[in-house]
Amino acid sequence: MKLINLFKIAIAAIKRNKMRSFLTMLGIVIGVGAVITMLAIGQGSNESIKSSISSMGTNLINVMPASMNRGGVQQGRTASQSLEEKDVYYLQKNCTLIDAVSPEMRSSGQVVFGSKNWPTDVGGGNEDYAVIKKYEIATGRFYTHQEIKSAAKVCVLGQTIVKNVFGEDADPIGQSIRFNNIPFKVIGTFKEKGNNTFGQDQDDMILMPYSTIMKRITRETHLRSIVISAKYEDKITETSTEIEELLRQSHKLKEAEDNDFDIRTQEELISNFSSISQMLLVLLGSISAISLVVGGIGIMNIMYVSVTERTREIGLRLAIGGKGKDILMQFLLEAILLSVIGGLIGVLLGYIVSNTIEGIMNWPILITTDSVLLSFIVCTFIGVFFGWYPARKASALDPIVALRHE
Amino acid sequence: MSNNNKIIEIKQLHKNYEVGDETVRALQGIDLTINKGEFVAIMGTSGSGKSTLLNILGCLDRASEGDYWLDGSNVKKLKKNQLAEIRSAKLGFVFQSYNLLPRTTALENVELPLLYNPSVSSKLRREKAEAALVAVGLKDRMKHLSNQMSGGQQQRVAIARSIVNDPVIILADEATGNLDTRTSFEIMALFQDLNEKGITIGFVTHESDIARFTKRNIVFRDGRIIKDIETENRARAIEAIRELKNEDYLLN
Ligand SMILES: Nc1ncnc2c1ncn2[C@@H]1O[C@H](COP(=O)(O)OP(=O)(O)OP(=O)(O)O)[C@@H](O)[C@H]1O
Ligand SMILES: [Mg+2]
Repeated sequence: MKLINLFKIAIAAIKRNKMRSFLTMLGIVIGVGAVITMLAIGQGSNESIKSSISSMGTNLINVMPASMNRGGVQQGRTASQSLEEKDVYYLQKNCTLIDAVSPEMRSSGQVVFGSKNWPTDVGGGNEDYAVIKKYEIATGRFYTHQEIKSAAKVCVLGQTIVKNVFGEDADPIGQSIRFNNIPFKVIGTFKEKGNNTFGQDQDDMILMPYSTIMKRITRETHLRSIVISAKYEDKITETSTEIEELLRQSHKLKEAEDNDFDIRTQEELISNFSSISQMLLVLLGSISAISLVVGGIGIMNIMYVSVTERTREIGLRLAIGGKGKDILMQFLLEAILLSVIGGLIGVLLGYIVSNTIEGIMNWPILITTDSVLLSFIVCTFIGVFFGWYPARKASALDPIVALRHE
Repeated sequence: MSNNNKIIEIKQLHKNYEVGDETVRALQGIDLTINKGEFVAIMGTSGSGKSTLLNILGCLDRASEGDYWLDGSNVKKLKKNQLAEIRSAKLGFVFQSYNLLPRTTALENVELPLLYNPSVSSKLRREKAEAALVAVGLKDRMKHLSNQMSGGQQQRVAIARSIVNDPVIILADEATGNLDTRTSFEIMALFQDLNEKGITIGFVTHESDIARFTKRNIVFRDGRIIKDIETENRARAIEAIRELKNEDYLLN
């Protein structure tokens, strides 16, 4: 059979029954559209839940000096002086599984500006500290490497300090505050972080270079702790092991000696995180499976019914000289045309509906190429298959059997 | 008559249907020869096997036993696709229920068999379909949709479709079965007309009123031919229509 005749027959058949063709196509449009929308909602929520969990700092690792037992008397952590700046450099140089590492120093005291004063904490690290602890600059800037080296008297303020010491709308940049009677120049403010999981106000904090705290405030020679952000949230244990080995090397500990430091990971957060993301994965999987099955069955039904309904037509075409394969090709072509056009419209519909939902309901939406391809390919394939399959059966019938079909 | 004139030759044809445990012997040893130019009526009571035979002659169905030569080739040996080619090249079929594609013009319905024949160009296809419609008297109805036509007109379209491929024989199963007397006669007049132009026709009917317009009557009973005669007092359908008109006139 000539291809052009095949196209003529298929297109004529689609046009002849516009309503049936429309409904068939609608089945596919809705199938594809629904699957894309469901996946968009599912993946959107998944991403937003994941990112809000990881913003809590699941990849944060703390190293502290081990509390030492000297002659039976338990000593405080600060008393043991095992962490030094060289450990930070050693980790920076050798650790493969970490993103960033910074010393951490803390102190607390009274901040004074003019007639106002406020009790607060200061904390600080190197230039990576903001990234590791997820502080974001709101105005001004963070301190530089140079300022760390020179133990510059500069500071970055949390919003609670700004409000309570300077007032709601004041611009503190460039002003000089006093902390423990030492003047510090304000070089920036960081964005509101809100309360942490323990209910502490994370904005009631002043950041400055760790060297400044060490040399000018606490006059310590050793680090309070080292903070590290791991590269991979799902490899925290491996990362922690690597850090342990490197610190033992750096501290030249012998085989028999205990660690003179403690490594703390956010174990609880991590285990929550992995169980939630596991759950989301299952949820997302079932959503896609269910919507694909529902969409697929809809398409399957309408295709199957519309082809079966046309068995007599197939009988007629066979009776007037059509070959089984000509007729099969016709139905296949019809199914391909309807499925592909319907599928494309369905993709469009999926985008429109997802974006509408995002706009109206304010749900996070994520449309990935994978989900579009998956739904388009699966639905179109089902459409073509269930157009082809009953047609194959019908076109293999004896013409008289097909003609007599009720 | 020379062998070349034989269009259909069947020998000891049997057709059995298996229905559950039972075997229905619909045809029980049919011998039949139809020559070029014949106009054969196949008659008989309901269930006697007329349609069964016609479907086998039309290569829509296969015999259980026996041989069938159509225009020189033994149909029994042919595969599905070859049968389709035979139907496409040599046969025209007219059904009781017209079997036109709905919402499709008369012209497109008539063109349909030629669409399945790759050797016919689209220009030739159009010309042949138009000629066939002219031959059945539907010159003015070519672009009308099949479902917007009367039963008689639809059957004319179906007849045009059956002759468009220049078949060696047209097979019609109760082609007038759904039509009133006058329209039936008009269809018979058309068949007579086509037969006079040299087209061979096999025609199933159970009305002797219709069979009298043919040239040869074959009568079936229980799957066997019980009578095979030349039509007595062969009538001309055109005249029969004229008489009908007179009757109408008298009735009023
Ligand atoms: N598909 C089938 N399956 C089983 N039996 C069948 C089938 N088709 C026909 N028969 C049987 O074969 C016999 C002949 O049927 P056929 O249709 O040829 O009769 P017919 O002479 O055309 O009758 P009618 O004038 O009523 O159309 C009948 O007994 C019928 O029951
Ligand atoms: Mg019959």
